[in-house]
Amino acid sequence: MADHSPSVPLLSMQNIHKSFGEVDVLQAIDFNVTDNEIIALVGDNGAGKSTLIKIITGVHPPTSGDIFFKGQKITKHSVSRSRSLGIETVYQERALADQQTLWRNVFAGRELTRKFGFLKVKEQRAETQNLIRKHMGFTSKAINTESMVLSLSGGEKQGVAIGRALYFEADLIILDEPTMGLSLSETKKVLDFVQNIKDQGKSAIFISHNIYYVYPVADRFVILDRGRIAGEFCKKDISQDELVEKMVRLARTGSLN
Amino acid sequence: MQTNLTDTAAESIRQPEEEIKTHITKWGRLEGLPIILVFCGLIGVFMIAAPKTFLNYHIYMSFLSTVPPPLILGLGLTLIIASGEIDLSFPSIIALSGFVFSFLFKNYQWTWAAFAIALLAGVMVGLVNGLIITKIGMPSIIATLSTGFLWTGLTVVFSGGLSYNIAPLENEFIYEFFVHRLGGIFPVQSLWALAIAVVLWFILNKHAFGEHILFLGDNRQVARMVGVNTDWVVIAVFVLMGVLSAFAGLLLTIEHTTFWATQGSGFLLIVMAAVFIGGTSIFGGQGTIIGTFFGSFIVGSIEAGIVATGVQGFYTRVVVGLVLLIAISFHIFMEKPNKRALLADLLKFKKIQ
Ligand SMILES: Nc1ncnc2c1ncn2[C@@H]1O[C@H](COP(=O)(O)OP(=O)(O)OP(=O)(O)O)[C@@H](O)[C@H]1O
Ligand SMILES: [Mg+2]
Repeated sequence: MADHSPSVPLLSMQNIHKSFGEVDVLQAIDFNVTDNEIIALVGDNGAGKSTLIKIITGVHPPTSGDIFFKGQKITKHSVSRSRSLGIETVYQERALADQQTLWRNVFAGRELTRKFGFLKVKEQRAETQNLIRKHMGFTSKAINTESMVLSLSGGEKQGVAIGRALYFEADLIILDEPTMGLSLSETKKVLDFVQNIKDQGKSAIFISHNIYYVYPVADRFVILDRGRIAGEFCKKDISQDELVEKMVRLARTGSLN
Repeated sequence: MQTNLTDTAAESIRQPEEEIKTHITKWGRLEGLPIILVFCGLIGVFMIAAPKTFLNYHIYMSFLSTVPPPLILGLGLTLIIASGEIDLSFPSIIALSGFVFSFLFKNYQWTWAAFAIALLAGVMVGLVNGLIITKIGMPSIIATLSTGFLWTGLTVVFSGGLSYNIAPLENEFIYEFFVHRLGGIFPVQSLWALAIAVVLWFILNKHAFGEHILFLGDNRQVARMVGVNTDWVVIAVFVLMGVLSAFAGLLLTIEHTTFWATQGSGFLLIVMAAVFIGGTSIFGGQGTIIGTFFGSFIVGSIEAGIVATGVQGFYTRVVVGLVLLIAISFHIFMEKPNKRALLADLLKFKKIQ
């Protein structure tokens, strides 16, 4: 895991700005994730949480600012680059293509290929089958490697998106609203999974609107408000109730205190 | 993630019917099956209506020489449409590549070099299309409409609107190589088209590039999020279409040993019809090479069939329109699993237990 000096953070974002056209979505963001740390990224709708993680994963380039991963400055950021560095993501939108089969969706963008880029279809199917039964825990016979994503329920889609992120072992796992629309038992599985990331010595960024879900598993809370970081708290410095109180106050008055 | 008990219990009760449904589903999913049936049906009808023509092999040999150019265009267009784009500029490439080739042959007696340069012209048109679409962000329908006008116009300007007779080409090896008649009857260009179809089938279905085309057509955002280099795929697929169109234009020019400035006109609609009859979805995210293959032969055989049955030739378009409507309704029907089950009910497969 620690293939970089322990004194430098796993991920470090410095003075990140992002605008879409005229709109400044992120301003002067300084954000770190250290080894074996679970960060809860919280904030109101439209605060810029998803945009921040899409900059980390290379979907959007930052308008300005620097990103370091394991102490290395990342230039030429792209999705495949961030993946090869060891960043896995479960996007809020799930990032699954509706008309494609599960075996294609699991490996899309990093296909198992033989010479000249031809797919190892058999291997992809077998690995997907494995993933469906073992990691995603689907038992319904209706779901198999040939299922199209559009035939899955919302929870099942999330299961696939999370399972896919798990399959490719990563050092930093990003979960954007992973519990959205899940039943209580499914939610518990996701939270166990986040705990598991911690136990394995890896790091995660966990975005959720539900403080009661994130509080028990997170080490640190980063509050994003209208594109700026409004505050950061370590778990030992703040109780669950205080955190909720602060969030409510922020939404009402625009300030944490 | 679900309790297995209730599922299996329900399954064991439903099983016989389910099994039959999955059988039908499997058959329905066999790539291109419906369209192969339509093709066989159509030929069957022609055999009954015009036995003199359609029970003789000559008509089929004639198809094998006339269908390859539109078929090759259709194969390329299948990938374009699967990627969620459209190309209206390919008729201009047919004219442009034919012009480049015949100009160089007529003036310098170049053969293979002329052939390569004509293909390069196709690459260039495709590249320009791809760059305009990705770098300027113009929708492909508008970009290719514009470039189509541009290249067609330039071809007419350069050729002075004339046609070139390049009959001496018949003595060249390149002529034999592409449009020879094996055994004096079998048009070799059909083998070229078949080879292209096989290669493109593997690319679309078994290659990472094909998968990226499908993801791009399915959902551009998702394609980007899973790490597909979307700009690159769009450019590559248009360049591929450019080369294929140039090749189709060359087959046409070499077969007729003539270039004429309007040789691309008339292909746009029949090629699109063939692709959609074949079952490729206009919405992107899926495409069928086998479907386009038979779709092209369906469209290609309708005209000959109609003339042979003694109906006046200008009914061709009426029939193409009808076949298009029927085939696409059928595809829509087959795509919806519940409707497929309905079909099973209609056919009373359910009673077999
Ligand atoms: N691709 C884009 N183009 C233009 N504006 C965008 C784009 N993506 C996000 N935005 C804008 O940026 C702002 C932040 O969006 P973002 O999705 O990051 O919020 P969020 O914190 O994830 O919200 P939520 O909790 O609702 O998911 C919003 O105002 C949104 O409209
Ligand atoms: Mg969001």
